[in-house]
Amino acid sequence: MNNAPVDMIISGGRVIDPALGFGKDAHVLIRNGAIAGIESDVQKLGDTSGATVIDASGKLVVPGLIDIHVHLREPGREDEETVESGCRAAAAGGFTAVCCMPNTSPRIDNQETVMFVQDRAKNADARVYVVGAITKGSEGKELSEIGDLVKVGAVAITDDGHWVENSEIMRRAMEYSKMFNIPVMDHAEESTLCASGIMNESFESTRLGLRGRPAVGEEIAVMRDIALCRATGARLHIQHLSTRRAVEAVRAAKAEGIRVTTEACPHHFVLTDEAIAKEFNTCLRVNPPLRSADDREAIIEGLIDGTIDCIASDHAPHAQEEKDCEFDLAPPGMIGLETTLGLVKTYLIDKGYLNWADAVAKMTINPAKMFNLPGGTLKTGSPADITIIDPDASWTVDQSKFRSMSRNSPFIGWKLQGQVYRTILGGRVVFEREA
Amino acid sequence: MSKLASPHLLGLEGVSADDITLILDTTDTFREVLDRPIKKLPTLRGLTVLNLFYEPSTRTRISFELAEKRLSADTVSFTTSTSSVKKGESLRDTVQNIEAMKIDMIVVRHSSPGSPYYLTQCTNSNVINAGDGSHEHPTQALLDMYTIRKKYGKLDGLRVVLVGDVKHSRVIRSNVWGLKAMGASVALCGPSTLIPADVERFGCDVYTNLDEALEGADVVNIMRLQLERQQAGLFPSQREYTNLFGITKDRLKRLNNNFTIMHPGPMNRGVEISSEVADGESSVILDQVTNGQAVRMAVLYLLSGPEAEGPEA
Repeated sequence: MNNAPVDMIISGGRVIDPALGFGKDAHVLIRNGAIAGIESDVQKLGDTSGATVIDASGKLVVPGLIDIHVHLREPGREDEETVESGCRAAAAGGFTAVCCMPNTSPRIDNQETVMFVQDRAKNADARVYVVGAITKGSEGKELSEIGDLVKVGAVAITDDGHWVENSEIMRRAMEYSKMFNIPVMDHAEESTLCASGIMNESFESTRLGLRGRPAVGEEIAVMRDIALCRATGARLHIQHLSTRRAVEAVRAAKAEGIRVTTEACPHHFVLTDEAIAKEFNTCLRVNPPLRSADDREAIIEGLIDGTIDCIASDHAPHAQEEKDCEFDLAPPGMIGLETTLGLVKTYLIDKGYLNWADAVAKMTINPAKMFNLPGGTLKTGSPADITIIDPDASWTVDQSKFRSMSRNSPFIGWKLQGQVYRTILGGRVVFEREA
Repeated sequence: MSKLASPHLLGLEGVSADDITLILDTTDTFREVLDRPIKKLPTLRGLTVLNLFYEPSTRTRISFELAEKRLSADTVSFTTSTSSVKKGESLRDTVQNIEAMKIDMIVVRHSSPGSPYYLTQCTNSNVINAGDGSHEHPTQALLDMYTIRKKYGKLDGLRVVLVGDVKHSRVIRSNVWGLKAMGASVALCGPSTLIPADVERFGCDVYTNLDEALEGADVVNIMRLQLERQQAGLFPSQREYTNLFGITKDRLKRLNNNFTIMHPGPMNRGVEISSEVADGESSVILDQVTNGQAVRMAVLYLLSGPEAEGPEA
């Protein structure tokens, strides 16, 4: 162990780092913005004079959480979110890194826009990794200059919001992506079946008279893209998995050794389509839609057995005035950065589906590995991106406390367990929960 | 005066048999008024009703307007063609602006399911749903039930078949909830592409064979076929629809004696219903229209608050 003085000690918490297989009470040492070590024996800490000490007793100390699916809305909709505000929301939610989606205005389908977002993120409270568009304008017609995008730092490509309907284009995108070893992220909803749908097709859509987006639309899209992934050998990442059949398709593909990874969103393992009938809350309109109780159960099973590799929020800010309208006229999407952790604790950990180590892995080392991101571990030498969680904190989601500029959460007023205590980015405290 | 459980009529899902019975009983009184030489009552004098129609409608709008006028309400109507919708004003702003001119009740037709509920969150007025997309059309179902009850003296135990575009029909949804609450047995019939997901959970029998559906039924309520569904690929042609689901005289022999033919209108004669059936002695289609006005008077009266005077006045 390096004997130079450390800058910061996170003292006395239970350190959980799935990447290291570490899970016990220890002190985390930080020097020059990087992890300097994890020490269980207080006698071996060496010279700690001058170090900032954060008392983490009773808390969990985990690698900074990573959310690979967020919409930061900049450039274009700075009234809904900016890179800066989105990163403040990330920090408040315990996330030290986010991957931002390219459906901005203009689209992130060119180097300039990638660099613009990176520039806006320079002093932000979280690391921002940019995901570029698969096709120009995400129109599904011509490939973006993917090499250019990767050259300036794009970590993946997606036409999120839309499925790439043309199989030939998707095949070429997968083939082309292999040159850069980046994953192709896939919004898997077959467009001809789903385009006009407002909510899950089920008895709920039947009784409400809202047009359905059938589960089979996701199944078909997932199966085609698994087939293309098998044929091309590319890396496929299926976004926001929401149906039982799609989970089963991915499970079979993984068993076969196909390079497919997946994510699930909190709203898909917490809510079902039955929530909509209560008051047509437009915050419940989201794509893919909230599904049946059986689908929800399948998502949880997928999280348990590892078919679903990570948890991502699909944080999608929308202006108040755009959501304050008739249900089917509202744009799809909900914010999630500041509620994900509480929902994971309350609906996965407290229900006994996942333990902390498995849940943390799905928000740290798994996404880091899948997207070749630094971080996701407390290994010595890694950036000192750390999230300290108060696992027993009970709190009520209060929209006036959101750091996000938007308020479109269906979880406002919900009582959740587990809350971020401190978020540390490169050794700097970027979020501190007020006592 | 008896009152309904809710200050609004948003749909018939969840509405109790007691409330439906109250509306139908009250309708009886107003129906009698319509046969008087002077068809006007002071019931809603001083109250202002807004008819907010975001979709084209002839009979429902006229029916509501006449019901309001016969009850001496001040009425103002607003339709999409003259509205500020095209200027991009939100539904909330539109209705709040009109409400600021002091209105008491809103009758709303809108293509978005749930929009009447949304209006209750934007205003203090009583809201009556005059059709919200494919969701509900409660006054139509109430007038259908009233018409049936008037003929048979009951709803309980009758077999009612609803034929047509089950997937997109708000009239069917409201009829299902209302008829089930009143103890009728309900069958739905239409092409399988127009039968929505998990429809059995309504607690109805579902048929794609019209003759089987009609077997032993008392009432057939025939929905208008929206011809644009054919363009959307939901059935191959109007001709084939008529062959499979058109109600013609020779199909009626499977019905019980003393059967009744209904249609909420507007009819496509020769498509979903033959003229012979529409104009036959078992048809109550024009009675439905008259009764619709009385039902709407009853609903307006029952929702209008304590200051309203009853029909006896």
